[in-house]
Amino acid sequence: MRKKQAGTVRRVLQAIRRYRFSVVLSILFAAASVVLTLYAPILTGRAVDQILGPGRVDFEALKKIIFEFLIVVAATAIAQWIMNILNNRIAYRVVQDVRCEAFSHLARLPVGYIDAHGHGDIVSRIVTDIDQFSDGLLMGFSQLFTGVVTIFGTLFFMLFTNWQITVVVVVITPLSLFVAKFIAKHTYEMAKLQSETRGELTSFVNEMIGSQKIVKAFGHEAENIETFCEINDRLAEHSLRATFYSSLTNPSTRFVNGLVYAGVGIAGAIAAIHGMLTVGQLTMFLSYANQYTKPFNEISGVITELQTALASAARVFALIDEPEMKAEPENMPALTETDGRVDIEDVAFSYTPDQNLITDLNLHVEPGQRVAIVGPTGCGKSTIINLLMRFYDADSGDIRVSGHSIYEITRHSLREHYGMVLQETWLKSGTIRENIAYGKPDASEEEIVRAAKEAHAHSFIKRMPKGYDTELAEDGGNLSGGQKQLLCIARVMLSLPPMLILDEATSSIDTRTEIRIQRAFTKMMQGRTSFIVAHRLSTIREADVILVMKDGHIIEQGTHQSLLAKNGFYAELYNSQFELS
Amino acid sequence: MTMKRLLVYLSAYKKESILAPLFKMLEASFELLVPLVMADIIDVGVAGRDQGYVLLMGAVLVLLGVVGLVSSVTAQYYAAKAATGFGRRLRQDLFVHINAFSYTEIDRIGTPTLLTRITSDVNLVQNGVNMVLRLFLRSPFIVFGSMIMAFTVDGKAALIFVAVIPLLSAVVFGIMLITMPYYSKAQKQLDGILRRVRENLTGVRVIRAFNRQQDEIAEFTDCVKELRHTQSFVGKISALLNPLTCVLINLGLVAVLWIGGDQVNTGRLQQGEVVALVNYMSQILVELVKLANLIILLTRSMACAKRIAAVLETEPSMTEGNGNFSGGPRAPRVIMEDVSFTYAGAGDAALEHISFRAGRRETVGVIGGTGSGKTTLVNLIARFYDATEGGVLIDGMDVKRYPFARLREKVGVVPQKAVLFSGTIRENMQWGKADATDEEIGAALAAAQAKEIVEGKEDGLDTRILQGGRNLSGGQRQRLTIARALVKKPEILILDDSASALDFATDARLRRAIRDLGWDTTVFLVSQRISTVRNADRILVMDDGRLVGDGTHEELYETCQVYREICLSQMDQKEVSAS
Repeated sequence: MRKKQAGTVRRVLQAIRRYRFSVVLSILFAAASVVLTLYAPILTGRAVDQILGPGRVDFEALKKIIFEFLIVVAATAIAQWIMNILNNRIAYRVVQDVRCEAFSHLARLPVGYIDAHGHGDIVSRIVTDIDQFSDGLLMGFSQLFTGVVTIFGTLFFMLFTNWQITVVVVVITPLSLFVAKFIAKHTYEMAKLQSETRGELTSFVNEMIGSQKIVKAFGHEAENIETFCEINDRLAEHSLRATFYSSLTNPSTRFVNGLVYAGVGIAGAIAAIHGMLTVGQLTMFLSYANQYTKPFNEISGVITELQTALASAARVFALIDEPEMKAEPENMPALTETDGRVDIEDVAFSYTPDQNLITDLNLHVEPGQRVAIVGPTGCGKSTIINLLMRFYDADSGDIRVSGHSIYEITRHSLREHYGMVLQETWLKSGTIRENIAYGKPDASEEEIVRAAKEAHAHSFIKRMPKGYDTELAEDGGNLSGGQKQLLCIARVMLSLPPMLILDEATSSIDTRTEIRIQRAFTKMMQGRTSFIVAHRLSTIREADVILVMKDGHIIEQGTHQSLLAKNGFYAELYNSQFELS
Repeated sequence: MTMKRLLVYLSAYKKESILAPLFKMLEASFELLVPLVMADIIDVGVAGRDQGYVLLMGAVLVLLGVVGLVSSVTAQYYAAKAATGFGRRLRQDLFVHINAFSYTEIDRIGTPTLLTRITSDVNLVQNGVNMVLRLFLRSPFIVFGSMIMAFTVDGKAALIFVAVIPLLSAVVFGIMLITMPYYSKAQKQLDGILRRVRENLTGVRVIRAFNRQQDEIAEFTDCVKELRHTQSFVGKISALLNPLTCVLINLGLVAVLWIGGDQVNTGRLQQGEVVALVNYMSQILVELVKLANLIILLTRSMACAKRIAAVLETEPSMTEGNGNFSGGPRAPRVIMEDVSFTYAGAGDAALEHISFRAGRRETVGVIGGTGSGKTTLVNLIARFYDATEGGVLIDGMDVKRYPFARLREKVGVVPQKAVLFSGTIRENMQWGKADATDEEIGAALAAAQAKEIVEGKEDGLDTRILQGGRNLSGGQRQRLTIARALVKKPEILILDDSASALDFATDARLRRAIRDLGWDTTVFLVSQRISTVRNADRILVMDDGRLVGDGTHEELYETCQVYREICLSQMDQKEVSAS
């Protein structure tokens, strides 16, 4: 654990290394501003000592002190300002560096990592955690530093003036620490309880309001309200305690401060009576007493903050340290030309090592052939896509395109030769034009319109308020499922590579759009090797090869007629759809 | 108006809401006395060399501290109690209110919005109430109290306070006002970054397929840089806050010392009183900064409060009926008479002049393209929405006259999206019928082709389903939601495209089982697949909100153009006419 934290700290130091000059400057200015801040009360005290009574005011000396005081104030302000600016600069730049590094790393991570990890989790690492770590760590560090300097500086100035009173202060101080610790402990426990209950409530509300329509359909409102009230009452109780305990910090601090103040006041006044202290020095002590406990409370706060920050940093660096895909050697050849011939030989693959998914997969596709992949959900249809596109690498066996093993050419060039339309239509937030030109950013206007026309998307795009310049919401939120699909087809249509991977949509597309999509598909497939995860009978029947998959195996392979004649799993599938009863 | 709406929830805590700020003011008053006591210690105790007086006044200081602590803790307790009580009642009312919403309101406001309202918005408002009760009186009280106390010490010196306080406020609030819009700009930019990361995760395959990784990284870097620029800019402004206020306060101190010196010289002031003035000056700053933070928090809570009030002010558009007439057994089960329906806020009607009748034990297929109005049609039967025109009758009585509970009992719905809730399979099955026995559940599971799912689990019906049914496949979830609707043996069963994730064979077995249910049921089968509806007793063909066909497969194939088109897009002619 400790070792892990040390590792994280080392990574953090590496991240701020580029700004070490700023860090050193910041520390210097912080020290300067603290010392100057502490020096000011001494001058105030001296000034008070020049104001003794009627006719006993030394205006000449007062003027000098005030002049010095003004210089100190100006210097403090400048030092504080420079320190603030430097701290901001370091914090924001580190955030930028780490964020960009984390994001670029995403592009080098295997798809498997992204599939296996919650997107919300990755997003929060790149967005929230990085902020937290930079804020907490850098601000925390600067607070910790100024806090410590303040404590020692105060002690030094006090000792320098009068050691007896300093002892009074030092004796009362532990009380503050004790109180702070007591409160912090209770606050922590209560806050934990509160956030647990809050989490419980949020998850209940998420589930129920998230599916409110179903709740209504089953008339389940009363039961839900009952459960909600039960959790809500518990939450109110826990929040009351958490809020109350945490709100004790300020009054208690003020109280301890008050005690220190009273202690200094009494001891100082008595010392003054005996001539060991001037009234001005007493003023100085009083103003120290007012601020003295503050850094202690801050430091205890900072330590928890530093710990959260370190935990966040650890999460960020864990993401950055995830092993990347195997780098491709410099001289890795590119696939320059292909006739569309694909051979899959003895391929075995599984997502988890202890569970075989695909074993002994063999398939030979001639140039221009259409391969339909059919089978029940979860049988491994999309796995074939993953392997062909090298989103995942096979555990053993080989896949060859025009005789070249796909593991011996660059991923970039392999993917260039494939056009892909997936069932989950993904569009980027941006204009329709940008989305169609996604695979060919330098495409001309005519090319884009032609592709849209060929994908039968032109007519609906034209009807959009701003035509091709219409901004799409995240993931094409303002389009229907069918329209999104057509845009995805147009996107591929623009570059139209020699091999295609198509995943037919199962539902939520109306008949007319469906006919259009099919026409677009047919147009695309002309003369191209295509792999189709098929749901429509017409597609299946027109395929040159049908792969029937079940539980990760190709259990049957052939044409529609030959498979029907075989009267196996395919025949059963086929008949069940069209049986007459 | 907004505030009034929410203040109601505080009314049960009137005592607490008054006592909390009062005790806070009490604490502040004691705090304001401290410098005066100290001045006396110096001017009477030290000047008069009276050790007894010093000790006495010292004791007074400690006493002031103790009394201050007690009143402050009391105030904190009352504030916490009022605020959390307020939060509890508000949250509860909001939840009850949302539960009364019909589909129309849920569509209009949107689920994500409702969720943030009831969680983080309520929390922020609760926090705001708490802070207002604690600080809103205290901070101004200390700031102006210091000034008034200064006047009691010396009128001329107090004028410095009159000058410094507005200047300090101008700096503190000015910087706050200038920076606030930039902070919200930065927040927006951060949201943009979040969106990009999410987009790159969901689109990882497409991005890699098109080899666009480097461009995405470049775009992302630009966004991050923009954010940094905004942050740096606003950081530079807020970096001024500390130095400027520090300069102002210290200039005030210099003035106090100089004028104080003059007053002491002429005998109008004593040394200790100058010290008191110095102390009052330094008290102001801390409280002003607190006040500024409080105002930031307050503006945020106000915005949340407004959003919550908007939800509370939305009245459910549907009222419950109280009819108890049950039509004779001869009334058709479902009648739609010239029904038209327009979604709230939409321009065009979603359904236009629909009329049909469905008898007991009839299986009715509903087919048509997306957006043709299939789901809307069946939603009107369950009265999730009210028809804009025309009437929907169940067993001869208008659905608007049914109490909700009766209606839900009669109609079982399996929605498109297969949603299960966290809890055991049994608990999920009992949603339709709270006292359903294991036998009843078993029968429903069998009919829904879901028996094997339960049998495959070690814990059977006690198997826990994770939130959203994450531990089940899409097909399994669909079959379980069908079973859930069957448990209550509804007289009308609506399957809204709810077999899309099932393979052909299972789908066929399911349809057969539903046809042979052991009780009188009118089944509505909504689907895009011809194969699902073709064997129904009759089929309703929807196109663009209109009913364009009503008949059997054979009839429609001959007479209905739209139906024919759908058929042809899904299978070839030979098969279609093979029946």
